Amino acid sequence: MKYIDDTLVMKRMSKRLLYNKIWKFLFFLATTFALITLAVLLYRIVTQGAGYLTADFLTNFASRFPAKAGIKAALIGSLWLMAVVAPVSIILGVGTAIYLEEYAKKNKLNDFIRMNISNLAGVPSIVFGLLGLTIFVRTFGFGKSVLAAGLTMSLLILPVIIVAAQEAIRAVPNEQREASYGMGATKWQTIVRVVLPAAIPGILTGSILALSRAIGETAPLVVIGIPVILQFLPTSVFSEFTALPMQIYDWAKRPQEEFQYVAAAGIIVLMAVLIFMNSIAVFIRNKFQKRY
Amino acid sequence: MVIAKEAPVKETIVTRDNVIAPVQKNIVYETRGLDLWYGEHHGLKNINLDIYENEVTAIIGPSGCGKSTYLKTLNRMVELVPIVRTSGEILYRERNILSKDYAVEELRTHVGMVFQKPNPFPKSIYDNIAYGPRIHGIKNKKILDEIVEKSLRGAAIWDEVKDRLNQNAYGLSGGQQQRICIARCLAIEPDVILMDEPTSALDPISTLKVEELVQELKEKYSIVIVTHNMQQAARISNRTAFFLNGEVIEYDETDNIFQNPSDQRTEDYISGRFG
Repeated sequence: MKYIDDTLVMKRMSKRLLYNKIWKFLFFLATTFALITLAVLLYRIVTQGAGYLTADFLTNFASRFPAKAGIKAALIGSLWLMAVVAPVSIILGVGTAIYLEEYAKKNKLNDFIRMNISNLAGVPSIVFGLLGLTIFVRTFGFGKSVLAAGLTMSLLILPVIIVAAQEAIRAVPNEQREASYGMGATKWQTIVRVVLPAAIPGILTGSILALSRAIGETAPLVVIGIPVILQFLPTSVFSEFTALPMQIYDWAKRPQEEFQYVAAAGIIVLMAVLIFMNSIAVFIRNKFQKRY
Repeated sequence: MVIAKEAPVKETIVTRDNVIAPVQKNIVYETRGLDLWYGEHHGLKNINLDIYENEVTAIIGPSGCGKSTYLKTLNRMVELVPIVRTSGEILYRERNILSKDYAVEELRTHVGMVFQKPNPFPKSIYDNIAYGPRIHGIKNKKILDEIVEKSLRGAAIWDEVKDRLNQNAYGLSGGQQQRICIARCLAIEPDVILMDEPTSALDPISTLKVEELVQELKEKYSIVIVTHNMQQAARISNRTAFFLNGEVIEYDETDNIFQNPSDQRTEDYISGRFG
């Protein structure tokens, strides 16, 4: 005897197909909602800011007058910031990930550390700002410098880089390590010649995405007390500086309406930097991705 | 349970023409009272085995009998699993490899390994073969070129790849990849080659090529091969060890094992009654 009755199946068929369509439509709606919001936001910013986005805007320092206001100090300041954050966070992050994945024994303490690194990635950025203020600005006496802000930002994105690098290292098949060990390679040789070359696309992609988070982050800079209006560029890592999100924040909170447009122009510059960094990440991922 | 007996050291071997010739065989590996635990699991129980020079020694047995574990103990690859403990001795060329002061890196320079799944590096064919020599400090391009050619010829794959040494090894077929892995292993100029089910991921024709290759290689190298394919063991090996539940049940010349096994369990296994 048959358990599945064909007439019953046919009777329910149209209903099942309808449900199938409804769900598809709902998921599509969810996607469009996000996309439309993003499009509106971009449209508003571009229409507001485009008029102020001139060559002068990029080469002028900040000013009381909206027409003369420029983003030079903030843009160069952000690049200085990245010049500290990138090497510090990538070297520390990748080093930690290599230790945890390749060297650390699997015991309770190391499991606890691994778990808490992921948790650290979720700590609000303002908390890292307070930490930076206490340790780097005051205790070490770095002041409101590029170095203090850079180290603070490095701490902020370190967990993200560690987790990304750990995942990239873990994705290297064990057979690859065995092949290397099997020929008498030491652990270090295996890491340098087999594990890292295979993991580098993932590590770099994760690192660049983390850096683009750092470049847009404002809260820690506010807590550290980074100045907003600067009429000079940093000359070393111990100089005072300002950064893109700080500058935008300052413009946006001014009462004059014209400064809203200046802020929009600043946002366009910040977004251009972010898109540039993200496209590098995508490029690296596509170019160096290896299959096994 | 019969305690694994000492492998008989015979003064004669049966050649292919069945002529009994008196030959003194050198011993490469002497295993004495080897026990191994995976955490609480007693994986290998009092193993006593001698492995002879320029022979193919096959290790057969059902899944989980410890045959791969034993093979990986011979180059201490088993230590990659952190919970493994061993006791007893394995003498390789009269030195105990299980002692703390025997560096695994040194051991693995003498003892190469070929794995179950072909595992070339995602690098060019050339860089795959040159990997071993390079980690041992050879930088001279001319010497590397010579090693690469010699190793690829040794693994009977030179003619197939000589025009595309700079291509990624992953572009090759599975059987070719496995012979690349064998060539990569030959490039460290080993004394012993351990093979862990090297043909289980290959098609029949590639399997045949690897088997023929093993026959050639034993002229220069001593080979220990783990296989779940009994016909393969019968075809290519000089001696066969039958493992069951972590013990050596029987170890003898391959012809004796397959034609005249002395233990009932060996007979049951090779006649396909279990496993």
